[in-house]
Amino acid sequence: MHPNDVILQTVTKLLAFIIVIFSFYVFLSGHHNPGGGFIGALTTACAFLLISVAFDIETVKKMIPVDFKTIMAAGLLIAVISGMIPIFFGENFLWQTFDYFDLPLLGDNTELATALVFDVGVYLVVIAVVLSIIFTIGEEQ
Amino acid sequence: MYVFTALHWATISPLLLAIIIPFIYKYARQIHTGWFVLVLPVVLFVYFIRFLPTVSNGEVIEQSVPWVPSLGIHFNVYVDGLSLLFALLITGIGALVVLYSIFYLSKKKEQLHNFYVYLLMFMGAMLGVVLSDNLIVLYAFWELTSLASALLISYWYTREKSRYGAQKSMLITVLGGFSMLAGIVLLSMITNTFSIREIIAQADVVASSDLFIPAMLFILLGAFTKSAQFPFHIWLPDAMEAPTPVSAYLHSATMVKAGIYLVARLTPVFGGAAEWFWIISIFGIVTLLWGSLSAVRQKDLKGILAFSTISQLGLIMSLLGLGSATLYFSEGQNVELYLTAVVAAVFHLINHATFKGSLFMSAGIIDHETGTRDIRKLGGLMTIMPITFTLSLIGLASMAGLPPFNGFLSKEMFFTALLNATEYGIFNMETFGMLFPIIAWVASIFTFLYCAVMFFQTFTGKFEPSNFKKTVHEAPIGLLISPLVLASLVIIFGFFPNLLSKSIIEPAVVSIAPSLAGSEYLDVDIYMWHGFNAELFMTIGVILFGTILFLLMNKWTKLSIYKHERDPFNRVYDGALSGLSTGGKKLTDAYMKDNFRQYLIYIYSFMVLFLGYMMIRLDVIDLFPESYAPIAFHEVTLVVVMIAGAITVAIAKTRLKALIGISSLGFATAFFFVLFRAPDLALTQLVIEIASTVLFLLCFYHLPLFKETVDEKSAKLINGIVATSVGTIVTLLAISAHNNRLFEPLTEFFVNASYDEAGGKNMVNVILVDFRGFDTLFELAVLGIAAIGIYAMIKGKVEKEGL
Repeated sequence: MHPNDVILQTVTKLLAFIIVIFSFYVFLSGHHNPGGGFIGALTTACAFLLISVAFDIETVKKMIPVDFKTIMAAGLLIAVISGMIPIFFGENFLWQTFDYFDLPLLGDNTELATALVFDVGVYLVVIAVVLSIIFTIGEEQ
Repeated sequence: MYVFTALHWATISPLLLAIIIPFIYKYARQIHTGWFVLVLPVVLFVYFIRFLPTVSNGEVIEQSVPWVPSLGIHFNVYVDGLSLLFALLITGIGALVVLYSIFYLSKKKEQLHNFYVYLLMFMGAMLGVVLSDNLIVLYAFWELTSLASALLISYWYTREKSRYGAQKSMLITVLGGFSMLAGIVLLSMITNTFSIREIIAQADVVASSDLFIPAMLFILLGAFTKSAQFPFHIWLPDAMEAPTPVSAYLHSATMVKAGIYLVARLTPVFGGAAEWFWIISIFGIVTLLWGSLSAVRQKDLKGILAFSTISQLGLIMSLLGLGSATLYFSEGQNVELYLTAVVAAVFHLINHATFKGSLFMSAGIIDHETGTRDIRKLGGLMTIMPITFTLSLIGLASMAGLPPFNGFLSKEMFFTALLNATEYGIFNMETFGMLFPIIAWVASIFTFLYCAVMFFQTFTGKFEPSNFKKTVHEAPIGLLISPLVLASLVIIFGFFPNLLSKSIIEPAVVSIAPSLAGSEYLDVDIYMWHGFNAELFMTIGVILFGTILFLLMNKWTKLSIYKHERDPFNRVYDGALSGLSTGGKKLTDAYMKDNFRQYLIYIYSFMVLFLGYMMIRLDVIDLFPESYAPIAFHEVTLVVVMIAGAITVAIAKTRLKALIGISSLGFATAFFFVLFRAPDLALTQLVIEIASTVLFLLCFYHLPLFKETVDEKSAKLINGIVATSVGTIVTLLAISAHNNRLFEPLTEFFVNASYDEAGGKNMVNVILVDFRGFDTLFELAVLGIAAIGIYAMIKGKVEKEGL
């Protein structure tokens, strides 16, 4: 599509990784710092958008060989199920908790929150929604 | 434990039989379905006859089954003289009509299951109306009679006139029905009960209530529309499109008397008031006159009978109106005088049912055997159809009020009642009340005239076989049985009126005027010969003038008024109906412009007006608060950027320019979030702005060229005004709301709890996924739905084009 955009494509190859890693950072640090599932997902989606602008939508599709609608459903399911699990422990729907663990690699006294599971759901839904909207419309061209 | 008693089962048995009629029709095609139906009214008639001794002793029977007890709605059946009289009419004439219909409707050509289902529906509904003590139950059955009547009128639904007639009767009677419901509700508001007997017991409470007049008017509207009183009578002539058994049953003997029943039933509640007396008497007498005048102009046998029914109903109604004065006087000579009116009303009610039923059946026979009901074509049937001729003669003579038939007696009593009313003066009856006997007398002349016209035009003269499609001969015996029974009743009641007086008229009169129970005035004695009194001379005058008018028929039939058969009030109805529909269409067209911008103007204007009004009314506008934060320089700069962006969007000539304007607004908003220390929002806003701009650019090539709006200046002005006022209102609201804060915000809680309880330092995120995760969950669902919607819209387009 853009055979001569060498600079753009080269920069994209580099930048996309940085953006994705940054988006993971934003996603994971959301509990204590600005960020979270929503922003993380949007940032990841922007990385894919950049690839699709520099290369082609087909390229992105090859990179993520799954149907966005499945991801969307999976994300919603994760969010709902994570909300339902507390019910079996006699708590309310969407009840969240957290605790501190000593984990390898991540270090001692690391906080793990159940809210993260819910956030994974948010992350998956948002990324799938944005990409599916843009690709559906983009493919129409 | 409440159980349905035999009386309850009897009341709803026609409805139950109606359910199985289609099965009988389907599996017993060889036998006319009517035979199966016939059993029920006969059994019911016998069942109700058995109440006669009890009721004539002055006892009443009451059975109650709760229906909606919490609302005071009980299925109460209540048998007293009046209910029993009507129940006997309904079942007795019902049986005769079913018998008649067996021979009238062909087994092969007609959809009999429909007919009998509707007829039984009607019979059950009518029994329910007259036997119910609970007004709400009465109303339910009342509407069921309207429905069944409309179904029966449109029985031959392929004919346009049938449908017109059915619609008309439905609209008018349902209008009255709703009004009656309003009256019922008002009555129950006054008395706190729906039971008629309990309301009667509280009649003095009702009379002293402010709602007395509205309740009375609403109920009377219901009664007048149902009983075809002037000017609501117009539906009845058009209801003649129904099969003749239906006309005989519904539109002469039973349904049209439901209004009479209601008036009679509620007389103990409302009677004694001058308004009730005057309204009913005047409407009745006007109906009497109008009906008899109009009947003369009709050329169709059933048309004459329809207007004659209207006229006779008016007669009964006016008698009930006059009779209600009995409640005003508790004793004395006057009671006796007005009592005559009540007795005459009840007696004529019975008489009318007998002779009008038989006349309709005779007319049906003539129609059935000759193929026409037009009196201009008919003639000379006397020798060809001798039995029908005799039956019609009896019926018409009774209707015209000739001795020795029962119509004569009730007409004499009618005159007596009217003369009494004027003579002894009540409610200023002596002044223009003098008109009453005169109007009644004139109406009687015309009654005589149309009876004579109907009789002589049909049966005398020359017989013209060419006028008829069929070879004319006497009807089969089956068709003749029912009118024969009714006609013999006409004669029997004529010669032995006291057969009825003790057994049924007296209890019925007591129901209408309960204060008379056991009083010495109540001694109904009807006899043929009163001596030479004013009434007799009035009757002689009626016969004399009627005969003269009939002999002069050649003269007045040339008058143009004779040519116009349709009632002039039809024009009002038709005009109102088409006016409603064209007016409604015009009104809708005036504001439903199929223009999105127009609707937005409505919505925003309403919002501005409503918010503005409320803000002024509650006096909450407050623009000068104590606590504005200091405004920094960079905030001013950002605001200037935003204003510039907004103006760019508004005046942009190309789409790209508008897009840039919008993006600048979005980025400026993100900066505001930064300034106001909302990093999450700022991040989200930035990324969303980028994504949506990309999206817009993607769609860019698909969009049509940016259309230069060629609106008129006035439209632009309106848009400008609406937009400015919305902006002003929202600004005012926002500032005023800021200054009218009633409670402390919840911030404190979240600040404290987000780390302690949820373990997160990012308060925004903790709120999103923990404290208020439920919202987030469904926002995700919203996003998903939006994505699937876009996918479906774009991918589904191909299939749509393929169609």
